[in-house]
Amino acid sequence: MGATFDLWKLTKTVLFYALVVFIVVVSVFPFYYAILTSLKSGTDLFRVTYWPTSFSLDNFRQVFTQGEFPRNLLNSVFVASVTVILALFLAITASFALSRVRFRGRSLLLMTILAVSMFPQIAVLAGLFEVIRFLGIYNTPWALIFAYTIFTLPFTVWVLTTFMRDLPVEIEEAAIVDGATPWVIITQVFMPLMWPALVTTGLLAFIAAWNEFLFALTFTVSNQTRTVPVAIALLSGGSQYEIPWGIIMAASVIVTVPLVALVLIFQRKIVSGLTAGGVKG
Amino acid sequence: MASIELRNIKKSFGAVNVIKGVNLDVKKGEFMVFVGPSGCGKSTLLRLISGLEDITSGEMLFDGKVVNSLTPSKRGIAMVFQSYALYPHMTVYENMAFGLKLEKGHSKDEIRKRVERAADMLQIRQYLDRLPKQLSGGQRQRVAIGRAITRDPKVFLFDEPLSNLDAALRVATRIEIAKLHEEMNDVTMIYVTHDQVEAMTLADRICVLRDGLVEQVGTPMELYERPDSLFVAGFIGSPKMNFLTGEKAAAQNCTTLGIRGEHMTVSPDGIWEGTVIHTENLGADSYVYLEMGEEEPVVVRLDGASDYQSGTKLRVSPQPENIHRFDEAGKPIR
Repeated sequence: MGATFDLWKLTKTVLFYALVVFIVVVSVFPFYYAILTSLKSGTDLFRVTYWPTSFSLDNFRQVFTQGEFPRNLLNSVFVASVTVILALFLAITASFALSRVRFRGRSLLLMTILAVSMFPQIAVLAGLFEVIRFLGIYNTPWALIFAYTIFTLPFTVWVLTTFMRDLPVEIEEAAIVDGATPWVIITQVFMPLMWPALVTTGLLAFIAAWNEFLFALTFTVSNQTRTVPVAIALLSGGSQYEIPWGIIMAASVIVTVPLVALVLIFQRKIVSGLTAGGVKG
Repeated sequence: MASIELRNIKKSFGAVNVIKGVNLDVKKGEFMVFVGPSGCGKSTLLRLISGLEDITSGEMLFDGKVVNSLTPSKRGIAMVFQSYALYPHMTVYENMAFGLKLEKGHSKDEIRKRVERAADMLQIRQYLDRLPKQLSGGQRQRVAIGRAITRDPKVFLFDEPLSNLDAALRVATRIEIAKLHEEMNDVTMIYVTHDQVEAMTLADRICVLRDGLVEQVGTPMELYERPDSLFVAGFIGSPKMNFLTGEKAAAQNCTTLGIRGEHMTVSPDGIWEGTVIHTENLGADSYVYLEMGEEEPVVVRLDGASDYQSGTKLRVSPQPENIHRFDEAGKPIR
């Protein structure tokens, strides 16, 4: 009896780790293969290997010297950063109102905000294009910041509203008694307590803005204003029949690294239990 | 430093009337305690005085000036919350200095001096650099009180500040608050509690609230000796006042006869007879529960220990000068 039980336990353990390995391979392999390819050169590119066979940084050098890639990278950093700052600022003030100020139609407004996020990008593309032309920001980074902020806000507002609702009312009331205005309450009392939520939503907004392709393709035309996803897709080789896989892969790796770094840095900064001790727990 | 007047104050949340017209005067430097059962509106009344809640109708005056529309900080109040409500991300020092920093016009030295003076009063100086989560419940509550003192308020409001503390700490903090009141004798203090022992020990005057209305206002001894209603008689004092009806009350020409446990004597020629059903020995005194055919057993408080067996017949007499007589409406007959 004991033996069969052990066997069953062993099988379960094996199956569990097999599943873990499967998930890890499926999610990491594409990136691994991109790194592998980016280090190859010449006809080596078209031989399928699963271990590094050659090590050449030629592709990386070409990415930075050919065309406007550094400029595109800066564009991406600018667009994504400004989007995050703008979205967090708007969301934190909006969520204060939505979670703490009693007014008519509050839940209707919350539902509307959620409903906005249901529209697929392609459905609003034409309309948004008109708005951007009207505002005169076509083919500038502001067009992308504008579009990304609109699409990030519903999610950001929702997460922050839920989080802010859970902050104890007494802390806010204590601040009011201390003479704090709503602005002081938001910036000096709530924001320090909301770091985990701010970091998480900010990071997701950054990633979304960094990876976005459709708007970036539509709202910019020149090489100087493009962001990296579009720039990579439009990388061309010597002739129209040649696709420069090595350079594309090198560019993809360069673009992915900042995201991985950001997640790793902020994962440590996400402090849990920050509200401990403020009120009776 | 401020006298407070409430003129026909009413408060409703939607269709629910919580405060139904309260008139009350709190004198300068007085320690006023609001007591009442839960849901009587005592916390709401405190929040109306603080300015955290808007008054539906009526007038609130501080030193004769209407303050209905003033914000809490403009009214010059400070408040201590039941749940401490410290800012979790700030050190004890920052917690206490926050209000002063917002007030503007205070130099850094002055703020430091005032925080340290308050910290010395409450013996929390050694914790100034700690975060709230590194403190115990009692220490946290002292920081909350310290935060209120630092701002040098005209009116000091306490919303059940002791109910989150354990029994021993509650007594210690209670004494500390009493000392604080002596030291800051020009500051008006209003204290909300459901615990009548806190009310009796701390108050200059007690305001008993019931169902959104003031039932009686008076010094602790006035309420204890001359309750204005059956409700106050039953609420103030521990153990609860005994209420006798029927023949025993009729013999004294009233509907309900109230007599406190400590105002009865056991003697062989006592006028009432009862059966002992339970005895509680508390060391210094003891409570004997007698079954006398009333709704609830009659409690007799005796000095020292008692060893009556359950089932023993006992005769007791009320002290005639300490009998409270009430009519049908629950009003006293004097």
